[in-house]
Amino acid sequence: MTNIPETGRNTRVQTRLVVIQILVLSLLGTLGGRLWFLQIRQGDEYAKKASGNHVQQVVQPAVRGSILDTRGVPLADNETRLVVSASRTELLKMKDDGEAVLTKLADVLGMKAQDVREKVRLCDAKTPQPCWNGSPYQPIPITDEATPKQALQIRERAEDFPGITAEPEAVRRYTAPGKANTAQVLGYLSPVTDDEIQKAQDTDSPFLRSDQVGRSGLERQYDKALRGKAGVTRYEVDNLGRVIGQAESDPAEPGSNLVTSIDARVQRVAEYELNEAMKAARNEFDRNTNTTYKADAGAVVVMEAKTGRVVAMASNPSYDPNAWVGGISAKDYKKLTGKNSNYPLLNRAIQGQAAPGSIFKVVSSAAAVEAGYDFDGRYDCSGSYDVGGQIFKNFESANDGMISIGRALELSCDTVYYRLAHEEWKRDGGMKPKKPHDYFYKAAHDFGLGKETGIDLPNEVTGRVPDREWKQKYWEANKDAWCKTGKKGGSYVEQIAYENCLEGNKMRAGDSINYSIGQGDTLVTPIQMATIYSALSNGGTLYDPTIGKAVVSPDGKHVEEIEPTSHGKLPLSKTTLAKMDEALEGVATRGTAAWRFGGWPQDKIPMHAKTGTAEVYGKQTTSWFATYTDDYAIVMTISQGGTGSGASGPAVRKIYDALYGVQADGSLDKNKALMAKPVAALPKIKADGTIAAPKMPEDPVKELLPAPQGTPPPGGDDPTAPQNPQNPQDPQATVEPPATGNRQTRRRTRRTGRTRP
Amino acid sequence: MTGVNSFQVSGYGPERAGWTRLFARDSLARRLDWPILAASVALSMIGALLIYSATRNRTELNQGDPYYFLTRHLLNTGIGFVLMIATIWFGHRALRTAVPVLYGGSVFLILLVLTPLGSTINGAHSWIKLPGGFSLQPSEFVKITIILGMAMLLAARVDAGDKPYPDHKTVLQALGLATVPMLIVMLMPDLGSVMVMVVIVLGVLLASGASNRWVFGLLGTGVLGSLAVWQLGILDEYQINRFAAFANPELDPAGVGYNTNQARIAIGSGGLTGSGLFQGSQTTGRFVPEQQTDFVFTVAGEELGFLGAALIITLLGVILWRGCRIARGTSDLYGTIVAAGIVAWFAFQTFENVGMTLGIMPVTGLPLPFVSYGGSSMFAVWVSIGLLQSITAQRPVSA
Repeated sequence: MTNIPETGRNTRVQTRLVVIQILVLSLLGTLGGRLWFLQIRQGDEYAKKASGNHVQQVVQPAVRGSILDTRGVPLADNETRLVVSASRTELLKMKDDGEAVLTKLADVLGMKAQDVREKVRLCDAKTPQPCWNGSPYQPIPITDEATPKQALQIRERAEDFPGITAEPEAVRRYTAPGKANTAQVLGYLSPVTDDEIQKAQDTDSPFLRSDQVGRSGLERQYDKALRGKAGVTRYEVDNLGRVIGQAESDPAEPGSNLVTSIDARVQRVAEYELNEAMKAARNEFDRNTNTTYKADAGAVVVMEAKTGRVVAMASNPSYDPNAWVGGISAKDYKKLTGKNSNYPLLNRAIQGQAAPGSIFKVVSSAAAVEAGYDFDGRYDCSGSYDVGGQIFKNFESANDGMISIGRALELSCDTVYYRLAHEEWKRDGGMKPKKPHDYFYKAAHDFGLGKETGIDLPNEVTGRVPDREWKQKYWEANKDAWCKTGKKGGSYVEQIAYENCLEGNKMRAGDSINYSIGQGDTLVTPIQMATIYSALSNGGTLYDPTIGKAVVSPDGKHVEEIEPTSHGKLPLSKTTLAKMDEALEGVATRGTAAWRFGGWPQDKIPMHAKTGTAEVYGKQTTSWFATYTDDYAIVMTISQGGTGSGASGPAVRKIYDALYGVQADGSLDKNKALMAKPVAALPKIKADGTIAAPKMPEDPVKELLPAPQGTPPPGGDDPTAPQNPQNPQDPQATVEPPATGNRQTRRRTRRTGRTRP
Repeated sequence: MTGVNSFQVSGYGPERAGWTRLFARDSLARRLDWPILAASVALSMIGALLIYSATRNRTELNQGDPYYFLTRHLLNTGIGFVLMIATIWFGHRALRTAVPVLYGGSVFLILLVLTPLGSTINGAHSWIKLPGGFSLQPSEFVKITIILGMAMLLAARVDAGDKPYPDHKTVLQALGLATVPMLIVMLMPDLGSVMVMVVIVLGVLLASGASNRWVFGLLGTGVLGSLAVWQLGILDEYQINRFAAFANPELDPAGVGYNTNQARIAIGSGGLTGSGLFQGSQTTGRFVPEQQTDFVFTVAGEELGFLGAALIITLLGVILWRGCRIARGTSDLYGTIVAAGIVAWFAFQTFENVGMTLGIMPVTGLPLPFVSYGGSSMFAVWVSIGLLQSITAQRPVSA
């Protein structure tokens, strides 16, 4: 550096050399900096990209677990189909990219070579269906309907069919044992969506593109347990996708089995009887509408009273869940969801809601006791009740004199409840409420109404308790429309809208009065009522209903029981509960339901019941029938089906007969009883995955003796009985309940209480 | 030097043993630049490892022999080493007289490439296939002869003491001498080599002490020239695509941008210490094309990490640093220009090659000196090292 004098060189060259040196060093410095930036600053990011580059996952699907009934009879399992698949990576190793093999394969399968080729080509923007849009490292299914002969041909000549496999594969099957369809409870599967694949990509259980996911019912609720864990083999591949090593491999874990509390036989009986009851109702004449009953939908729940476990749950109309297997056809889909389908996918036991009618009176009775009225007091069951000129009538204007609350429950006397509710309304301040107690509404909430029961099925609806809070919100949401269409002195609908516009946010006397007998804006679901009547049976515990009883590993070794949990206690003292129990027994022995329980061995199996007939504006009445014994509670409802005991009564009776083995003469046949006591034990699942299930009869209904047909008592016992010769007009309704479908025309107490608009 | 002595003890006295004589004060060996030599050998050996890693399972290239590229690289290095010794032996001054012949020969070779004898590799028609699977890339040798030729012309009058700086006429002649082969190489087209030659010419002119006007004029011409090349469509589509992909590597990750993308993933995933030699998934998976030649640096980046990659840059830095020292330390302008030309060449080629793998330079087909596989390049760089050694060894000894 200091040899300038030495060389005698002029300084220009030396300066320029220094410039060169600086330039060179800055170039190298730039490289170093960039290198640091890529490798140290962004290194992790690139490492991730690199691993995405060279690792490919091949997923082995897990066999989905079965759904079993309480005795181990499969309600949903898998059937084996022969699936012929082609491995693209193997085919591409051949000189002609597997062309010859595919042609030969098409020959064996009796398909066109063109079709086979199209099935194994990869989808991209330019390739129309059919094409494979899954992973190219995944064997591509060519057909799932291969015959054993074809599969054998392929397997025996494996050397002729490199890269082709013919393997039995599990496909979902809904077995309908003993014709128990159980469709809405089981739910169904449908292919996984791109979104779900994306979301599950980095979890421990990634989806296959060909995967099926539970979309409703138990299949959805217990999807994760049933689905199991797909096996993942990670291959290291090179730039051409050729496998250069196997990184790691997790074997597939088959899904667990779900043991339910459903008994396939009871389920079948429940479904059958519900359908029979609806068919029968369609032959009954409705004097209010001058047509036969439509009986367009119905549901029944059979529940273990002491645990909340569901033994049977039927919803009508129903469908065949196998329609979903292997992808639903457009035609089937339209049939299930179209306008004229009446929505068979709905599980009306948990998703159907209607006014409860008189089965709600247990809530009102409890409310009255809470409010300080003596259960055994004397209350006037007059023929009608007059509130400022507005007359609320009892059934057939029956006058039963001074009776206790228990007797009012037994007789389903409306006016007793009108009085109690009206009195409470006045005590709470009437139209100008002052710190209202709202005992009647509080009781409904305490009984678990207005919210989900927490059953282990998706999309349960809440029903509705039309309390002050709800009225205010509802009025705020609708007042503009009401005030616009409302007209003083106009048509019925206009008059209602006018009144609603003025004071729809206020709790009116008529609202409280209607509410007390389960009419008006109240909505309940069958499962809510089953939960309440089970609680009445078991001493007051409101259980979260469950269908799943246990999740059992495929080898039967690991059992995860699903214990009953409660979501509250009925707001009833032990003595009140006992008295109410007695009154409800009275309903079954001498009250409105007695004619349906003729010849019932009441001394051996105390039966309790309550009938209900709810009115829906613009529709026929909803039939409700809520019953319980020490072991079970059964609640049935039929929309536009007529009266409680009339439409639902025989069906419920027959379900009880089947459960307990009640014979025509009232004796009990233990051998015929399907389930005299709830089953606590779980079915045995052996280590090899087989399940020791009892043999199912082809149709349990056929094996049952015809149950004794009760004859309806003459006259007053069930005033709603169609045979009742008296009172051809309006048998029960004193008030018009709202149209649940059309809130605009929410109904208002009719002044006369006698004639319909 | 050989005086008669009655007793001679080995290592003492004026007469020394052969090997000690080699290292005697002011001997040739003492005058050699050992850091440059060590760095060159180290780079060649690192290159051997990286090439082996990149090619051991590229069966479509190595004809089933995993050591195919390794042995050839080592052979090339050996030949290069011999060429270096020969160059030192002749000395750069002695070579001066041979420059016209060498220059003519190299121009003849690149002309041959344009005849049917030439062959195309990766879009560049810049190769001559030789029997035995060897091939020659004459543009590599032209880089040397341009340096030698220009140095000879520019330094002649100055070294003779006639002038302090080369005059305009000499500069013009020198430029003409460089332009002829550059035009031919551009026709191949081997854009990378042309870029290197432009930088060499710039370096040579700078070091020659030619007027500033020439330096800046040449820079301006370079810019205008590239614009003209762009506008006149002289570039092939693949070359334009390379530049487009450089501007936006995500443009077409399956096509043009693929190289840059995969190269960057390979280097970036190396982190600080790399995945370990022969352990790189990008390298093992053959995701980076041309990984034994132009993209050899990505192997270092992935498998040796920042430490390994930085070592390669540092070793090249040692050569460049010593090269600059040699340029400044020699008394004759001829030596200075040759050394500076070599420095400019190595520096730019390193920057371009490593830069393209790091995504800061467009992709061109230039090898990384000593490290990349390729005979012609290897011979050329070793001859250059020989020239540098000769320049430093023949500098006047300080009195």
